[in-house]
Amino acid sequence: MRPSTEPQPRTSGVALPPDPIIRFENVSKNWGTNHVLKSLNFDVAPGEKVSIIGPSGSGKTTILRILMTLETPSEGKVTVDGDTLWDVSLGQKVRETRQLRETRKKIGMVFQQFNLFPHMTAMENIIEAPIHVLGMNKAEARERAAELLNLVGLGKHMNHTPPQMSGGQQQRVAIARALAMRPKVLLFDEPTSALDPELIGEVLNVIRNLAHTTDMTMLMVTHEMRFAEEISDRVVMFDNGAAVESGPPAQIFKDPQQERTRSFLRAVLQH
Amino acid sequence: MIWDNAFAISILPILLQGLWTTVHITVVGTLLAAGLGLVFAVLRRLAIPVLSKVIAFLVVFVRGTPLLVQAYVAFFVLPSYGISFDALTTGIVVIGVNYSAYMAEVYRSGIQGVSKGQWEAATALSLPGTRTWGRIVLPQAIRTVVPMLGNYLIQMFKDSAVLSAITVVELMATAQAIGSSNFRYLEPLTLAALLFLAVSYPASRLVNRLERRYAPQH
Repeated sequence: MRPSTEPQPRTSGVALPPDPIIRFENVSKNWGTNHVLKSLNFDVAPGEKVSIIGPSGSGKTTILRILMTLETPSEGKVTVDGDTLWDVSLGQKVRETRQLRETRKKIGMVFQQFNLFPHMTAMENIIEAPIHVLGMNKAEARERAAELLNLVGLGKHMNHTPPQMSGGQQQRVAIARALAMRPKVLLFDEPTSALDPELIGEVLNVIRNLAHTTDMTMLMVTHEMRFAEEISDRVVMFDNGAAVESGPPAQIFKDPQQERTRSFLRAVLQH
Repeated sequence: MIWDNAFAISILPILLQGLWTTVHITVVGTLLAAGLGLVFAVLRRLAIPVLSKVIAFLVVFVRGTPLLVQAYVAFFVLPSYGISFDALTTGIVVIGVNYSAYMAEVYRSGIQGVSKGQWEAATALSLPGTRTWGRIVLPQAIRTVVPMLGNYLIQMFKDSAVLSAITVVELMATAQAIGSSNFRYLEPLTLAALLFLAVSYPASRLVNRLERRYAPQH
């Protein structure tokens, strides 16, 4: 528990670890009597690649959705890059403030179901927000989008619409779309769960590449344990609305300290 | 009564003029209904406290009373309160507002059909509300309801005959006027029916084609 809700002094003379880019302070989320998150305290350091694992319904996706402002927390405070995203103690007015909208621009999200705009080409999907949110001019936005499509290996598909593409291709366009906003934090919500098994690899390759080559903070909810082990700086095990265990992947996967983590990993790694 | 070919041919030009008025009412009325219906559907979805309730009431009221009564009130009662337009304008506004209530429901179903993921992607990209509606949600919503809107257009085309009750000289009123002044109803009414059919049949074929073209893609 932190002692107060006062803003953290950012100009402390003593050498401290860098301010977290994401901070959850006593965040709870309730759906009626169902407590999806229970007074969660959770920090992510700038540039850190964190994977969140755990059984369905453990609240992992809710963390991402609160960060992306797709859900409102019931209690607590969330800060991103030093700016308050949510502060429930200030009342319901926190919803859709200017500050929230500004802070939200630092965050991007890749969805399980891709959520590309089906009536727009890959190119149009990618340039929409840079033009209309960041105010980029069209030529610049298109150039950047073409680079991003090449980065995800889809340079030749810029004029295809989502229904003309495979799931793996759609998800790669969705990643390019998120990257086009130059987010400081990129969230992945089970990015390969909706894909046919033979298409998972191409998407994981793109994410792996990002993890190794960018200093973007990445937070990923995944069931791909070996992938999480390979690319993460830290793995957090969630169960029942709380972080059960957190540590470097080698520790979580090879030497878990909690019985709950052990039983979960036994179950998912068995097959 | 025996069909008189010469009489039928002699009244055809006047009937065509009536048909033209009917088409005019339908086109302008549909544009009005489609525009107003879209505004109603979006405003209701935005859930603006008082406005949404007012629109909900308007929709229930318009759908719950006969078009004929609405036309009568607008043309014969409202002028006593200082609101007065010629019959054609009044007729177009009444039928347009009437159909906007139905079209608002059509749009509403189209908007509901746009998946939650589309809204969430728009939020994740920080798209402003106007852009989310204008570029993401409505193009997808409207696409799926174009055939239904087309069906309402055809229905309005036939329904516009009701406006003959408020002295709008459209196809039906023309046919009746010819009938009563010549004491021959067979030719004008038959021709009126054929003229209605001549427009509505190709129109419904067109709607069928639109239905196939705009069928949901996934």
